[in-house]
Amino acid sequence: MIPSLVSWFTDPANWSGEDGIPNRLLEHVAYTAEAILVAAVVAIPLGLWVGHTGRARWLVSLANSARAVPTLGLLFVVSLWLGPRITGDLAFVVPSIIVLALLAVPPLLAGTYAGVQAVDPAARDAAKGVGMTPLQVLRQVEVPNALPLLFSGVRSAVLQVVATASVAAVISLGGLGRYLIDGIALGDYPRAAAGAVLVAVLAVLLDGVFALVQRRVVSPGLAPGGRGVSGRGKDSRSVEVEADSPSTPVRAPA
Amino acid sequence: MIRFDAVTKQFPGGTVAVEDLSLTAPTGRITVLVGPSGCGKTTSLRMVNRMIQPTRGSITLDGQDTSRMNEAQLRRGMGYVIQHGGLFPHRTVLDNIGTVPRLLGWDRTRIRARSNELLERVGLAPELGERYPAQLSGGQQQRVGVARALAADPPVMLMDEPFSAVDPVVREQLQDEFLRLQGELGKTILFVTHDIDEAIKLGDQVAVLRVGGRLAQVAEPAYLLAHPADDFVADFVGRDRGYRALQFQETPRLPLRSEPTIVLGEQPTEPYAGWLLVVDDDRRPVGWVEPHRIGTRTVSTGDLHRGGTVATEHGSLRAALDAALSSPSGRGVIVDASGSLCGTVEAHEVLTAIEGTRRPERRGSPA
Repeated sequence: MIPSLVSWFTDPANWSGEDGIPNRLLEHVAYTAEAILVAAVVAIPLGLWVGHTGRARWLVSLANSARAVPTLGLLFVVSLWLGPRITGDLAFVVPSIIVLALLAVPPLLAGTYAGVQAVDPAARDAAKGVGMTPLQVLRQVEVPNALPLLFSGVRSAVLQVVATASVAAVISLGGLGRYLIDGIALGDYPRAAAGAVLVAVLAVLLDGVFALVQRRVVSPGLAPGGRGVSGRGKDSRSVEVEADSPSTPVRAPA
Repeated sequence: MIRFDAVTKQFPGGTVAVEDLSLTAPTGRITVLVGPSGCGKTTSLRMVNRMIQPTRGSITLDGQDTSRMNEAQLRRGMGYVIQHGGLFPHRTVLDNIGTVPRLLGWDRTRIRARSNELLERVGLAPELGERYPAQLSGGQQQRVGVARALAADPPVMLMDEPFSAVDPVVREQLQDEFLRLQGELGKTILFVTHDIDEAIKLGDQVAVLRVGGRLAQVAEPAYLLAHPADDFVADFVGRDRGYRALQFQETPRLPLRSEPTIVLGEQPTEPYAGWLLVVDDDRRPVGWVEPHRIGTRTVSTGDLHRGGTVATEHGSLRAALDAALSSPSGRGVIVDASGSLCGTVEAHEVLTAIEGTRRPERRGSPA
């Protein structure tokens, strides 16, 4: 198994053309990026609003329970419903992105909401008390302090979407899922295994990239280890969100 | 001047936190609101910067009704210090201090200069400026909180139990420095505490509130201790109020006696019964020894009895009496401003001095 996997990777034919690794990798990253972007545009402002106002917390629970919906089933439903209404390639791309984005919403929403919630009440009170407008409180205090948990939400979402983006191949799109689907269909197991390995490697790489970004963006004052009065409660919260993220980040597609 | 005029706050659900409060906090003075929990002192404070809206009545600031002012602008014109500091964990100490100037749109260099100046003013080392709040001790965080409140030089300061979350030693230090700072700045301060000792120490005027948010008495600290308006106030100011009132009476000329001393590190020369006062090379008292226990050795720091407190020549009668009471020899040590020994005084002599100072007290106004 291992030698045939190695020879698959060393075969130059697998490194060029439409079905080559670079192209499939790019497609996979593109699906992931689009889905995360769409989900972020919806979930982050919503999470900020729920956290800031304390209203409509049921939205977070609702999103969490929506995780139970099976992705593959949802993909069929959405493409059957949307497919006839859209022409060309988009008939498959749009349903895939929608389904993947739905997968990314719960961790993003929960992370953002928990991040804002975890802001030290004394800091929030002081922010108001020194004369910040509600928008300034949000931008200058709540958002920067929410970043550590917001980032764990983003990373959790990215892992899940990268792992699940393989389903796009089921409805004849590209991405690394092609190797899995085609490999299994053709009985070409080295190819299927290579697809799984590539997804796993991509997931780890992307998580590393986000870890680096997080280190640059989040204030050193919020780093774990430098705990003080102002760090109360944060650590327990972050454990909560970690528990929300999938225990096995790289899931086999459906 | 902050003026409460018949202010009532009723929360949704019917709880009355503050009832018909009329009170004036004079310009340039410290007015302390004190009372047990649930007396509405914090609510009263937070109504001044409209973090809480009064249900009835008005609060004016130098004659201007605060309910007609823009909330954010009103708050930027008032320093606000809270119990746990409320520092922004993601900002450095200097950036925390510069918060209000930044909101007011000062330019960067000016904010930087002002923040550094305040860091020094509240007694923090310059290198702490680049640290984050989580890297500071509780006392340091409170200092930064005070510096942040002072940054834009507001005429009014609102302080909600700013020193109650730190340990007693640090608290006393912070209180002393706060008084020194106020001596330089002369802000109009409204200060909330549940600690009557703190209220008496810091307040130019103390307002005692009772549960349900009614004003029980407002008076100068000395008057409050001497003439509690009712049982509640008497009970609240505590049992040893007669003794504590002594801290407001400056020591008159006490009949000091000269005290035989021995310098630390020397050997007792003659047999001496009882306690002998030990001083250092600058004649500063360091403790007492019993020479017969030392014999022919030299006096080392391990021999010292350090139980006695030391009072300064022009300090309060309370300190002088305490020095006498706490001294193992019964002779209270009195020093001058530089800490050098002036002499000793016995408790009965202090009491005689106290009797001699009895005079008509200044008037305060019972509520």
